[in-house]
Amino acid sequence: MVYKLVWENLKHRPVRTLLSSLAIGLGVTMMLTLVGVGEGMLREQEARTRGVGADIIIRPSGSSVIGIAPPNINEKLVAWVLEQPHVAQSTGIVIYPLGGVSTVHGVDFEEVTKMSGGFTFLSGRPFKDAQEAIIDEYFAKEKKLKAGSTVKILNRDWIVSGVFRGGKLTRMMLPKKILQDVSATTGKVSVIYVKLDDPSKSAEVITHLKKTLPDYPIYSMDELASQFSVNSVPELKTFIGVVISLSVLFGFLVVFLAMYTAILERTREIGILKALGAGQGYVLGILLRETILLAVIGSAFGIGMSYVTQWMIATFIPASMTQAIVYEWWPIASGITLGGALLGVFYPAIKASRQDALESLSYD
Amino acid sequence: MTEPIIGIRDLRKTFRSGDVDVHALRGVDLAVERGEFLAVVGPSGSGKSTLFHILGGLTPPTAGTVMIDGQDLMKMSDSDRTRLRMKSVGFVFQKYNLLPTLTVGDNIKIARDIARVKGPLDKQFLEVLDALGITDKMDRKPRQLSGGEQQRVAIARSIVNHPAILLADEPTGNLDTENSTAVLGLLRDLNKRLGQTILMITHNPDAAAFADRIVHMRDGQLHAA
Ligand SMILES: Nc1ncnc2c1ncn2[C@@H]1O[C@H](COP(=O)(O)OP(=O)(O)OP(=O)(O)O)[C@@H](O)[C@H]1O
Ligand SMILES: [Mg+2]
Repeated sequence: MVYKLVWENLKHRPVRTLLSSLAIGLGVTMMLTLVGVGEGMLREQEARTRGVGADIIIRPSGSSVIGIAPPNINEKLVAWVLEQPHVAQSTGIVIYPLGGVSTVHGVDFEEVTKMSGGFTFLSGRPFKDAQEAIIDEYFAKEKKLKAGSTVKILNRDWIVSGVFRGGKLTRMMLPKKILQDVSATTGKVSVIYVKLDDPSKSAEVITHLKKTLPDYPIYSMDELASQFSVNSVPELKTFIGVVISLSVLFGFLVVFLAMYTAILERTREIGILKALGAGQGYVLGILLRETILLAVIGSAFGIGMSYVTQWMIATFIPASMTQAIVYEWWPIASGITLGGALLGVFYPAIKASRQDALESLSYD
Repeated sequence: MTEPIIGIRDLRKTFRSGDVDVHALRGVDLAVERGEFLAVVGPSGSGKSTLFHILGGLTPPTAGTVMIDGQDLMKMSDSDRTRLRMKSVGFVFQKYNLLPTLTVGDNIKIARDIARVKGPLDKQFLEVLDALGITDKMDRKPRQLSGGEQQRVAIARSIVNHPAILLADEPTGNLDTENSTAVLGLLRDLNKRLGQTILMITHNPDAAAFADRIVHMRDGQLHAA
């Protein structure tokens, strides 16, 4: 019966109900989108790294697997690694940051092709030893490029020689030698990818490599998943914390305002209920249920809207971002929002439950 | 002799509004027998509503003795008075005071829900609904009903939990003569058929004539007619 009253009250003010739950849902969407983008991009990056086909990755000393690796490794190391036991192939790659999270990689196309099992070109051809670039289809879509277009990198024009199917290493690759020359990093690389003759020997090989290269972070592919996690991106963790706080604040303010005005509008209704013998608990229960219902509707909206943001990201900026749908965050985000909402209803509910029945039943 | 259902001795109620004390009730004495239909008449501001609010547990008395159905109102806490409204007293107001967002049926059901009464409506109450002529209006919202119909719904709601006393504060104040006569007839019918104890405030001598007994309120005191 109480639910009926609560539901009728929500229906009675449809615009208020719609706007409040949308606003509540916005917090949920913010959380789901942020966590989803973080998760999506990490998974995507992990998949691309795996796509190289290496068994071991050597990074410059002082770098983490996720941050951008500065070109600090002497290229001579690539040849040295190749001479170590069980190493079948090694290739050095230069990573040049383009600002934000995007980078361009300078690669030896032959070596990367061999290690990864080959690229599939959707159009065009591999770059030659010239100012040429290859890009994946997401990058092509987002930047509206195709084979034959020109891209500006390091103040130079590069001709797009081909578009490859994504999922390997990165979205844009240039000839390594030329990138090294124009970025003044000749003889240096950012990472070394290592392929073994027997992948089960990774641990053994890593132990061996670390003897000579104690300062270099060296990862096996098995370690990648744990490296590509939200926990290894402190900025993302901080940002998620900020968005959670904002969502709580949001839920609090929206519900406070919505319920505060609601009880002012309903003094008469509350008076009637009290005259009928409703105690403080009964009135409190009505407002709490209404808040919970608003939060539930809002969360459903918020989850729905996270699919919209996913679609928008996939449609308009597929190369810059990827958003995963993070189901395990649905209850978390909804719970956080409900928490904010319950904080928001606290004061209005107490005020309403203490309201004097006669105040509103006076015969004006 | 049976104990009166309402026994009031030297009841006083003083309101403090700002720095002045308003003595709304100045020593009211009244005994109402079980099954009586009593009309309270008197000029505006004489304290009639205040008396009802105390009897209904909506506001505490300042001094005196008030017994309702064997319970001592002076000794009641806030939650005791909530229980009194839930179980022992039914209210009908001049303004019908129905919940606007609920249907007629749900307005009646919520009174049962508040009193934690479960199960189907009893036969006696269904007969009352029939007599009130609102059986076919259960799915309507209050604003789709006339004033007279709304007041009949309010009466039905007030007695659904079989209260010991029904307090009606100017129940016909907003109604035209025809609807007033109908509502008053229904109240008298409830009183005669079910033995429902009713106290009714009215300004209208014709309305008061429906009651078994009339008392006059003047300056916070009651006088027999
Ligand atoms: N909450 C209150 N605070 C202060 N004074 C009050 C309050 N309620 C009633 N009074 C005063 O108590 C007196 C009695 O009021 P009451 O409402 O009982 O009169 P009444 O007989 O019902 O009048 P009416 O016929 O106009 O309804 C009035 O002087 C009124 O102003
Ligand atoms: Mg009055």
